[in-house]
Amino acid sequence: MYSASDLRKGLKVEIDGEPYIIIEFEFSKPGKGQALYRTKMRSMISGNQFTQTYRSNAKFEKPDLEERTMQFLYSQDDEFHFMDTSSYEQISLTRDQLGDNINFLVDNMEVQVLFFGDRPIDINLPIFVHLEVIKADPWVKGDTSGTDTKPVTLETGYVLQVPPFIEQGDRIQIDTRTGGYITRVKE
Amino acid sequence: MISPRRLAQRSGLLQAVRSFFISRQYVEVDTPLRLPVSLPESNILPFSSQGWFLQTSPELCMKRLLAHGCSRLFQICHCFRREEQGRYHQTEFAMLEWYHTGWSYLELMEECEDLLCQLAASPVDLVGVPGPATLQRDGRTIMLDPPWQRLTVDDAFERFAGVSAREALARDQFDELLVTKIEPRLGWDRPVFLYDYPAELASLARRKQENPSLSERVELYVAGIELANGFSELVDPEEQRQRFAKEIFRMRKAGYSLASMPDRFLDDLGRLKETAGIALGLDRLFMIMLGCETLAEAVPFGLNDL
Repeated sequence: MYSASDLRKGLKVEIDGEPYIIIEFEFSKPGKGQALYRTKMRSMISGNQFTQTYRSNAKFEKPDLEERTMQFLYSQDDEFHFMDTSSYEQISLTRDQLGDNINFLVDNMEVQVLFFGDRPIDINLPIFVHLEVIKADPWVKGDTSGTDTKPVTLETGYVLQVPPFIEQGDRIQIDTRTGGYITRVKE
Repeated sequence: MISPRRLAQRSGLLQAVRSFFISRQYVEVDTPLRLPVSLPESNILPFSSQGWFLQTSPELCMKRLLAHGCSRLFQICHCFRREEQGRYHQTEFAMLEWYHTGWSYLELMEECEDLLCQLAASPVDLVGVPGPATLQRDGRTIMLDPPWQRLTVDDAFERFAGVSAREALARDQFDELLVTKIEPRLGWDRPVFLYDYPAELASLARRKQENPSLSERVELYVAGIELANGFSELVDPEEQRQRFAKEIFRMRKAGYSLASMPDRFLDDLGRLKETAGIALGLDRLFMIMLGCETLAEAVPFGLNDL
């Protein structure tokens, strides 16, 4: 159980049987008035957001959230299938549930699957992943156009800006939090 | 933690505050921080200290000094309030509180105008003070030259919340509407005085003679931030005792069994002449003048620096 004074940005609470994450938080207290806890909540299932002001007597359930390490197997249509490598249990998530994560997801990748009770609702990727460049314009030496990056396409279909020396077939490291290029990987 | 440069600027502002009041024949006092009885206000919770309390405001002691013959007092001190921690709150913070006998809240409003104008008159390169008698916050320029806007609580509710203050109280939505609909709109061109609060929210303010459903209480707002709370002081010990009794009842109901009646204060209150007093959150004012985003950046140590 959380009380209003526990609320802060990033805290996960259960409201009406659904897990929410607090994405904005402000403590307010008008002069001589009561403490008010102003929040913006986002449903961890539907992504819906709402703002709500709570008083100090508000109470919140802790959502039953658990992370399990699972391996990404394959995708079919809009279903993405994962397997628990110790129990061999398989689950699936939809493209909508995964959002931008699909830009960095390749077969056999180990990820953290977030469960609400028995229900998988989201995944957390490793912070750094290595992905192959499948399409890159050749680097023209002596290019004087002045740009210091160029777009390339990765094996997942994700397009990003990289330094001009990156070539087709290179593997590069990506920061999944920002989606940005880190470095070329020598393997 | 605060930079040496900001710390020096804060010191300069503290000196300027003192100069302002001393030039106006106020006497500076330093009353005890630790008291045997706390001011009974159900929304303001004290820290206890070996059976006594850390002050939530210096009001009880300062008014007792006034009742014993002082006429103009000011104090810069630390106050302590449990569970108040946020962007504009620290559980320990610096308060500037001053009292002037023979005045009502009307004269106090004018003195607030003078104080802020003087503090911003010769700024030493303060980020939040782009020019004389000018403040800056969130890219907006706030002019300090008087007169500042005076807005009654009733007008503010009608204008910004679309309901009367009475209706908001009846629906138990007064604080929520004030915080979400009204406060963010106040004090962006010039500071704003919000005044004449419903008598239920009078605290230690006297009722208006011509309309006893209102109290002579004023709050000062700059850039949506509440800076000060002032009263034409209630000097009737019986009415004050009844109000305290209600607050103590509420506090005990909420589980704070330590609340008790400040009897010696009430004994002295009968000798207090007509007086006006106001408490200004000094850290908040300095936060604005130093151009800090949060209160913690404007003080020598924020809670997370300890």
